[in-house]
Amino acid sequence: MTRMSTRRSFLLRSGALGCSLAASPILTPVGLASAPGDNRLVVIILRGGVDGLDVVRPIGDPAFQSARPGLLNSSEVGIDLTGFFALHPALLPLMPLWTAGELGFVHVASTPYRDKRSHFDGQDLLEAGTVDLSGGGREGWLNRLVQVLPGANARTAFSVGDGEMLIAAGAAEVSNWSPSVDVVLSAAGLGLLRQVMAEDPVFARAMSEAVELAALDGDQVVFPDTHDGRMEAMVEDMQPIPRGDGHLRIAEFAASQLRHETRIATFSLGGWDTHRNQKNALKGPLGRLADTILALKQGCGADVWGKTTVLAMTEFGRTVRENGTGGTDHGTGGMMLVAGGAVRGGRVHGLWPGLDEASLYDRRDLMPTSDLRGWAAWAMRASFGVVRSELERSVFPGLDLGDDPGLML
Amino acid sequence: MRFDPALAEMRFGYGLSPSIAPPLGLADMLSRLSGPDLMSQKYPIENYDQFTARIGEFIAARGERKKAKGTAGEKAAQKAMRRIVRRSRRQATLSLGASLLRRARTADAFRERLEFFWADHFSVVAKGQRMAGVVPSYSESAIRPFVGATFSELLKSAVLHPAMLNFLDQNASVGPNSALAAREDGKGLNENLAREILELHTLGVDGPYSQTDVRQLAELLTGLGTNRDGAMVFRHRRAEPGAETVLGRSYSGEFAEIEDIHAVLDDLSAHPATARHIAGKLARHFVSNNPDPDLVAAIEAKFLETGGALLPTYEAMLTHPAAWDQAGGKIKQPITFVASAFRALDASDRDLGGVDRNQLVQMVDAPLARMGQAWGRPLGPDGWPDHDSHWITPQGLAARLQWALMAPSMLRRGLVDPRQLVGQALGPRATETLHFAASAAETRREGVALVLTSPAFQRH
Repeated sequence: MTRMSTRRSFLLRSGALGCSLAASPILTPVGLASAPGDNRLVVIILRGGVDGLDVVRPIGDPAFQSARPGLLNSSEVGIDLTGFFALHPALLPLMPLWTAGELGFVHVASTPYRDKRSHFDGQDLLEAGTVDLSGGGREGWLNRLVQVLPGANARTAFSVGDGEMLIAAGAAEVSNWSPSVDVVLSAAGLGLLRQVMAEDPVFARAMSEAVELAALDGDQVVFPDTHDGRMEAMVEDMQPIPRGDGHLRIAEFAASQLRHETRIATFSLGGWDTHRNQKNALKGPLGRLADTILALKQGCGADVWGKTTVLAMTEFGRTVRENGTGGTDHGTGGMMLVAGGAVRGGRVHGLWPGLDEASLYDRRDLMPTSDLRGWAAWAMRASFGVVRSELERSVFPGLDLGDDPGLML
Repeated sequence: MRFDPALAEMRFGYGLSPSIAPPLGLADMLSRLSGPDLMSQKYPIENYDQFTARIGEFIAARGERKKAKGTAGEKAAQKAMRRIVRRSRRQATLSLGASLLRRARTADAFRERLEFFWADHFSVVAKGQRMAGVVPSYSESAIRPFVGATFSELLKSAVLHPAMLNFLDQNASVGPNSALAAREDGKGLNENLAREILELHTLGVDGPYSQTDVRQLAELLTGLGTNRDGAMVFRHRRAEPGAETVLGRSYSGEFAEIEDIHAVLDDLSAHPATARHIAGKLARHFVSNNPDPDLVAAIEAKFLETGGALLPTYEAMLTHPAAWDQAGGKIKQPITFVASAFRALDASDRDLGGVDRNQLVQMVDAPLARMGQAWGRPLGPDGWPDHDSHWITPQGLAARLQWALMAPSMLRRGLVDPRQLVGQALGPRATETLHFAASAAETRREGVALVLTSPAFQRH
């Protein structure tokens, strides 16, 4: 295990994906040449409903302290950002990015989702990018972005990790891989596998893509003979997923793809549903988010990072007032984190609605002052030159793009 | 409708076994389900009382160790603590082994599928030390005995279970105007359980309820909680006083009692939206991603007509011709895939019963996580996605192939001849191509993997 994963990490870090990459039939020179532009977009779905108010704290709002007596009862109110807003201490590792203008936030943004406050519907709507779920919600907005990008191919967009990403699902081909899977077969075995799978098109397609992707993550798929012990060593490379660093492997793999032909990557991070004891419960997810963004920056390298936009968004915010159990319940208006060399960082974007009871949504939640989709649309416009009509009609049907909110450099 | 024994095993069970005969007909299948639960006797899994006693011992031992710190008894207390930690680990291994053996060795496989279906419908994630590792015991005590009961009995058993109360934060919810809230500032209402009961367990997310119903139900539930011993209790001091109105009906007088909660759960069970929700879920789980509307309607009608009696409800599904459509069965979820492979390989008590923890982690636990279905750890209260498109991804399939190459040779020494496995795993469903591939494979290892990853084997 140690030996193999070290080798994999080495390959990823050094970018030595050489031979298997070249052997991939999809990566023809034509494909490389016609890739849609040179900018990169990473969308991270923060599942569970992030309490934006605790991440970017409006300490300048007079109603804030009284709404959160338990959560803010320590002397530490956070790291000062703008005088009005302070950052949750667990995001301290990202402060150099803030200072460098590579990290910013949007307060208060939400999808059009209202009132039922269900994670599952909220996430479906966030990823579908539609006004409601009446259309069935089985197609994601990143997929529709790929559909309108000229020159896009199967490697243009990557969905990374074990979990389902509705945001990338749909008619356009999007690659999908979890860095924790290795496939090892003899050449003859692979031939037979293709024959068996050919009887069921759904399986045939998924399997041929799997074989290709398995080669891309640095581990050999096909061994010329099966008797030299190497294959056995690979087969024995079976350990539980290292839960501690799963997010880093995902970020590293995403970055390794973004360094090459991939322009769009998406994955999710969980653990944000802090109904209880939020003071402790939020530290872990925020620490992982910070590590993930730093791993993306490092993995992309300065050149690619300079052209990168990271959007970390969630299905909804949480109640303004803390609940009876030291946590917060499902709310409405939320916060989005933006990072990368292509964004206008060092500021908190958006309009602040205020926290007095009359300003709240339903007298309990933060009032959304912007549509999350609008910010994402402007990021796509700047990154890929997608025209307004396509953004308003195809990618986010029914969205009014409005004026440029100045999120991008 | 002509009964197809092989299809019955594949679609409503864990596939064919070389040593266990399939049911002879529908009546046989249902009488096995309504008869005694032989598998739970043969392969026991710790029930909730045993679980909670063990955790109690652990908490006591931890207290003893803390007390003994720096005294002569420290070493002994340390040892006692370690002993019980070891026992807990062993228990987790045993219950995973028993779950797999039940699926591999049963003649009543529909029962096992139903337990999985309902445990998934009422998904619980273990939260906190008091509930660490509770999922198998929750399923054993709160779900399994009720798969042939009525839906309202099953609903009450599941949502009032301490593991559910703990998972969905009910334990911490306090009526805003209750006696306790008046005394201790900062205690308050938590809507989590109430919302999931309406959205996931009964009416469904499209059901006719509003945020006000969620809030009212949450207030009605406030007395519910668990005590220090992990048992369900109703605590009047936490209960919100006054009546609550859920879906237009008023519950509880001045002070709520547990009977008021039973009443609202009974009413929700009998609601037409619940019948529709459950019928659709059953048909989508067992038969098709897009089931024949007539099949769903038949299940729904029987559910309503019988007051949610589950055996007749299943029978309505099983007697409908659409349930036996030969074309394109659903793709097995990873847990079903792994269990049905063990069944096809004729895994014995020795193969799966006596394995140690590390081996089971390597052979089952870690691979399942890679296939996207970590054992006993669904992502949330809505359980596992049921649509094929979720499972048939490149990495999901690659993980199955990786497993099929490795696990059969870990199960026992000496691999089955792949040519023989084709017949015993697939019977009439084996295609010419698969027969050829099994005989042409260079090694038994690859031949066995080809059979197990074949589309015919991966579909129900």
